[in-house]
Amino acid sequence: MSKTIKDAFADGKAFIPFITAGDPDLESTKKFILEMEKAGADLVEIGIPFSDPIAEGIVIQEADIRALGSGTTTDGIFQMVKELREQTDMPLVFMTYLNPVFHYGYEKFFEKCQQCGISGIIIPDLPFEEKDECADIAASYGVDVISMIAPTSEERIQAIASRARGFIYVVSSMGVTGERQQIQTDLPSMLASIRKATDVPAAIGFGIHTPQQAAKMAEIADGVIVGSAIVKIAAKYGAQAAPYIYDYVKSMKEAAASAKKS
Amino acid sequence: MSSGRFGPFGGQYVPETLMNELIRLEKAYNFYKEDPQFCAELDKLMKDYAGRPSLLYYAEHMTKDLGGAKIYLKREDLNHTGAHKINNCLGQVLLAKKMGKTRVIAETGAGQHGVATATVAALLGMECEVFMGAKDCERQKLNVYRMRLLGAKVHPVTSGTQVLKDAVNETMREWSNRVADTHYVLGSVMGPHPFPTIVRDFQAVISKEAREQFLEKEGKLPAAVLACVGGGSNAIGSFYHFINDKDVKLIGCEAAGRGIATGQHAATMATGTLGVFHGMKSYFCQNQYGQIDEVYSISAGLDYPGIGPEHAYLRDSGRAQYVPITDDEAVDAFEYLSRTEGIIPAIESAHAVAYAMKIAPKMRPDQSIMICLSGRGDKDVAAIARYRGVQIDE
Repeated sequence: MSKTIKDAFADGKAFIPFITAGDPDLESTKKFILEMEKAGADLVEIGIPFSDPIAEGIVIQEADIRALGSGTTTDGIFQMVKELREQTDMPLVFMTYLNPVFHYGYEKFFEKCQQCGISGIIIPDLPFEEKDECADIAASYGVDVISMIAPTSEERIQAIASRARGFIYVVSSMGVTGERQQIQTDLPSMLASIRKATDVPAAIGFGIHTPQQAAKMAEIADGVIVGSAIVKIAAKYGAQAAPYIYDYVKSMKEAAASAKKS
Repeated sequence: MSSGRFGPFGGQYVPETLMNELIRLEKAYNFYKEDPQFCAELDKLMKDYAGRPSLLYYAEHMTKDLGGAKIYLKREDLNHTGAHKINNCLGQVLLAKKMGKTRVIAETGAGQHGVATATVAALLGMECEVFMGAKDCERQKLNVYRMRLLGAKVHPVTSGTQVLKDAVNETMREWSNRVADTHYVLGSVMGPHPFPTIVRDFQAVISKEAREQFLEKEGKLPAAVLACVGGGSNAIGSFYHFINDKDVKLIGCEAAGRGIATGQHAATMATGTLGVFHGMKSYFCQNQYGQIDEVYSISAGLDYPGIGPEHAYLRDSGRAQYVPITDDEAVDAFEYLSRTEGIIPAIESAHAVAYAMKIAPKMRPDQSIMICLSGRGDKDVAAIARYRGVQIDE
């Protein structure tokens, strides 16, 4: 049995790195994920590339294009995760857009997730109102559809948080993914509203790339999500990126872990 | 399930960041569409600024030449800015202003919607930024300059395939980045609810007028209404008030590009499959893994891999039919209408003209066909010349 999302948040602050599957190829992705685990990642988000990722900034958009260009498919990614499972039991979730999942067939998709130990899925274009689309089918295969809460959610937080499963993805900033120098949102009050509604752990993502930011975010929340900064390393070093990803993830995990327990 | 469904189609598949704004937009729209002052202001703009009602023109030469049904052209090309797009822009930008917004953003394909948005933004004193695929900017340089003349900032979109769908992606990204003071003037009956309904309602003026004009001129309704379909705004506008008239055939003409068999087309109804994209559940051109296809048409305005959700519903419920028209057929129709009636149609609208040329001869002289002439063709002259092997500078 693989570990679950719950295990990822069990001892202290979780560090959650993201990587686009298939950039530059699936064999490298597998290596990167194992390095991230060694460096202390508590949970890895595996991005299934989509042709038109409307919530992504330019770094992940380009990674998606490269991954699709190198022939990455949903079936190939399932195969990669299956092979990965021979070497690790760490918690894994997918992150993708609804269409690749819808088109694959919900039943078939989530059954395969269960078979290879994927315990959650983040779908940025599936808001609370549309969750009925696949949340029940996913749950029947033990896959949590992760809820997102944004700076504009306001009075929606209560409804979203109280139905959340796995963990809550707190979107730190307006706009799309990508590194930011400053995060303007009043995150402490967002987190306070979330905690009033649920004890499901909450992790903050979007814009975070420095250890200082990671430490700060980990003080407010239960976990820190980092995507673009890692994808950038993969873009720069390609198949040779593993040691660089290891160093970066290690520094970010240590920073997050140093945060006081909130 | 969310509101805003046409049968199983439609919905609100957008990032959480945009949800509250969509809810606010829906509330504001539901309020203002019943507000007498808003309706009076919009009516006045439609009449005095856009030049409505648009004419219903009897194309006598074309009718005689084809030797069948009487052909009528609904002259949306005579609207200010040269296309039906202004109907929607007047409505949406006025609505945005009432909502307290100071800035509008828009995607554009051929540039017609961008020009119409920039025009109304200039008129109503709003800041305007338009996102246009870098390839489309190249194809439609005149419209790029026209938007800049009107005070808009034009952003060439270099991500993805650099055409209309990428322009929509980029405009959605920009909207989620700055939503408080900004309204996204979506240009077609697509995207998340409430856009397909709002845009349809503002375009429905086309069929509202046409229905009355037919009763006045012919004493009866047309046998068929034809319109080109990309996202489907002029088509839904042309169909809407005829939907309950079961004897009126509703026919959408989509872009078959170099032919369905070549794979180089934008014929969503003929080849697309059910999917979720750009905020809506509808039909899309996509591969077996749900990756959206790159589509092709000579017409930048029809070069879209999806179709509005209400069209999907009208097709599946059997109320409307959708036919593919190739580049060749559209270019022939472009030249034919120019020659026979002295009217140069937009290459988009020429797709509908082409289908009329196919069916009119098989129909009776006591029947009539309405073609929505959604735009004028000045913007296409250089491209058509190139298509015919003639190089001219724009």
